[in-house]
Amino acid sequence: MDKEIYRKPLFLTNPVTVLVLGICSALAVTVQMKGACIMGLSVMIVTGFSSLFASLLRNGIPNRIRIIVQLVIVALFVILIDQFLKAYMYDLSKSLSVYVGLIITNCIIMGRIEAFALGNKPWPSFVDGIANGFGYAMILIVVSFFRELLGSGTLFGINVIPQSWYESGYMNNGLMILPPMALILIGIIVWVQRSIQKDLQEK
Amino acid sequence: MKKITDIKWLHSTVDAFDSFLRVPNTVTASGVHARDCNDLKRIMIIVVIALVPAALFGMFNVGYQHFLYSGQAAGFWQMFWYGFLKVLPLFLVSYITGLAIEFGSAQIRGHEVNEGYLVSGFIIPLIVPVDVPLWILALSVVFAVIIGKEIFGGTGMNIWNPALLARAFLFFAYPSKMSGDQVWVAGMSQMDGISGATPLAQAAACEPFQFSNWDMFAGFIPGAVGETSVIAILLGAVILLWTGVASWKVMFSSILGALIIGFICNAAGPEGSFAANVPAWQHLIMGGFMFGTVFMATDPVTGAQTEGGKWIYGFLIGALTIIIRVFNAGYPEGMMLAILLMNTFAPLIDHCVISRNIKKRIARTNQTK
Repeated sequence: MDKEIYRKPLFLTNPVTVLVLGICSALAVTVQMKGACIMGLSVMIVTGFSSLFASLLRNGIPNRIRIIVQLVIVALFVILIDQFLKAYMYDLSKSLSVYVGLIITNCIIMGRIEAFALGNKPWPSFVDGIANGFGYAMILIVVSFFRELLGSGTLFGINVIPQSWYESGYMNNGLMILPPMALILIGIIVWVQRSIQKDLQEK
Repeated sequence: MKKITDIKWLHSTVDAFDSFLRVPNTVTASGVHARDCNDLKRIMIIVVIALVPAALFGMFNVGYQHFLYSGQAAGFWQMFWYGFLKVLPLFLVSYITGLAIEFGSAQIRGHEVNEGYLVSGFIIPLIVPVDVPLWILALSVVFAVIIGKEIFGGTGMNIWNPALLARAFLFFAYPSKMSGDQVWVAGMSQMDGISGATPLAQAAACEPFQFSNWDMFAGFIPGAVGETSVIAILLGAVILLWTGVASWKVMFSSILGALIIGFICNAAGPEGSFAANVPAWQHLIMGGFMFGTVFMATDPVTGAQTEGGKWIYGFLIGALTIIIRVFNAGYPEGMMLAILLMNTFAPLIDHCVISRNIKKRIARTNQTK
């Protein structure tokens, strides 16, 4: 198998920073690292298994109704994840609210099925799905790290900014809690990435 | 001996000081150019001069409010000196941080350093509460200059007014230092049981005013450093209009917009609400309305460029300010958000005005054919 399949989505064709897909949920669920990790993991599982099953069925799916078939496959895994979170991590699924359900509409998943899984064998498709999900999760975790650290002074809900800082005048940045800052942070990540990888810059 | 202009790696910095102190000896080589003496540097300096009355009065008022609320008696110079010492660090932090970033980014890109930050750096200390912690001020300047200006390509390319962006960052990131009734008077947090609410905050809470119209007009009220005195701001407006630096259309239509929406709110607003509480004309002398109208709505970079567009742009700024003040209890002051929103729409307004003009002229040529 080509190594590029799992290497590229991590940096060169990262779904969030290069393809600019799945931005909405990246803004919504990155206030806390815990939520971002679970969300990233969920998307990883859904993209991986949806790609796998779409690839398994690819020769049997009639071309004209393929989108609806893909949606059924994706919806299956999203509902499974949603029910799992509700059963075992109720508080977290409350705080992620509709965004777990909205994984169905995440462009990354449909994009990878359309662009890759329908034309490739099951195993590479699975790896491609997982890798793209991981590329998404990676950005989510980086963004949520800064948002939680600077916005609430915590990481995974644990205080990391010492009390003495607050006493000497340090304050949490309220803008970090608000969605606009997530957009700005993703923008900064895009900026850094394109400064490193010059050929990503548009002319 | 090596001349200072030979230092290649500091080229931008050397060039900046060289052209700041002396007239550059490079001139445009080709083409015909209509030129007058108003270059960017002179325009910036005129705006700074126009801001000086508001800044001086602001320094005095900081001292005046402090001694008033702490119940001490003090002379004029004592008040001014107290305020001067309070406001000076704000200016220093604003200029040092902002100019460091300007020089740094010009150096990295190999551009010339330009004068864009002279005005923003002067406005920022005038639109923040005097007690704002200096590190927070520095952070908001960093945010405004990098995210608001440099990533769009520096001076002249920015979409939003950098000074207002700094204030917006402060407002949303550190609301407890930026709003409420404890921040507007110097040293307030050490005084117990006194409310230093601004007239706008009192009006929003439907409390009766403590301040007479004269106090609000002359500026003897708590508020951001430079925004309180309408007299000092009007003095600045006269300088700006007389030299032709700012557009009277924007100022006039902004006031018009505020008055019209204000009257509508007065007439149709429910009894006992903010709208019914404040007559339309009083909105003009409260809060940052005049300061924003005169110094920030008229920013030539972020505002509308077309003459027709200036009317629409100014009118909507005034109208939105009153709408935000009256209908959104969360934001007693609407000027900042109104200007930032209209900054966003200014290119669209220009586009509409220009395409309308094109259509009109095409129709005219077709008629004469």
